[in-house]
Amino acid sequence: MQAILGRKLGMTQIFDESGAVVPVTVLEAGPCPVIQRKTKDKDGYEAVQLGFDEIKDRKRAMTKPQRGHLKKHGVDTLLRKLHEFQVDDASAVDDVVRVGIFEAGQKVDVTGISKGKGFAGVMKRHNFGGAPASHGISKIHRMPNSNGSVDAARVFKGKKLPGQMGNKKVTTQGLSIAQVDAEKNLLLVKGAVPGSKGSIVVVQKSVKG
Amino acid sequence: MNVIQEIQQAHMKNEVPDFGPGDTVRLDIRVVEGDKERIQAFEGVCLYRTGKGITETATVRKMSSGIGVERTVPLHSPRVANIEVLRRGAVRRARLYYLRDRVGKKARIREKMTAR
Repeated sequence: MQAILGRKLGMTQIFDESGAVVPVTVLEAGPCPVIQRKTKDKDGYEAVQLGFDEIKDRKRAMTKPQRGHLKKHGVDTLLRKLHEFQVDDASAVDDVVRVGIFEAGQKVDVTGISKGKGFAGVMKRHNFGGAPASHGISKIHRMPNSNGSVDAARVFKGKKLPGQMGNKKVTTQGLSIAQVDAEKNLLLVKGAVPGSKGSIVVVQKSVKG
Repeated sequence: MNVIQEIQQAHMKNEVPDFGPGDTVRLDIRVVEGDKERIQAFEGVCLYRTGKGITETATVRKMSSGIGVERTVPLHSPRVANIEVLRRGAVRRARLYYLRDRVGKKARIREKMTAR
């Protein structure tokens, strides 16, 4: 299994061996303790549940059922994030997953919650062109204009309209790993990653290889 | 020092010469041709420096057989082997865009007089 949970720390740039500038996102990834191993016999499929980011024990840090789940599996710290990954053989996964499972140059997919832009208009949300600022244009400068044909007598599904933009799950595929720092649990991924600084991301081996 | 600063520190040079707009500098740039590496010098007037830390760059302009050539280099790049300041210029702007419109005598820059 090649998957880990991490936190986005921010972006910077580094120089590669040839001296070229590489833009990188710095992720603090793991160590992720394995909370639960799901097996074919018991649960019908093979998976491991990883935890990430220890938090202080406050009243609302975790709910009672969540605390019970951790207690049942012998974990005595509270964790901000639990995430399940399907694997071929759950018993083959190490007790603690660390960044060492990845190596530089490898392709990964990174999933996170994108930055919320609120209720956005069509120019921002769908890159519509808008209307001219002058020459008789009145009050429709940033509007979506026509909703479709009169013949159809309805608006087709999927029509691009204003609405909530961002703050949803986004996966960026095929990012290459620039550097792995096993000592400091750091992962440097080439390019940008969804989400704001401090948000939790899931790093997985790229599905497109 | 936070984690990102530490990463930047590891990729930065310990020292970058103190120079600014108006100064004439020589950049020694590593050029890889096939499997051979050599140093190519680029000598000209610094128009401006921008950015800070690892992203800092300088733009240097020179006249090459009558044609103005500008080169922007990241100061901390390992490809920039050495930077030498040849002459200090006295200028009154931080960004010398006006030099692009000038050739010959008008493009001259007075040398900075330093107090003894």
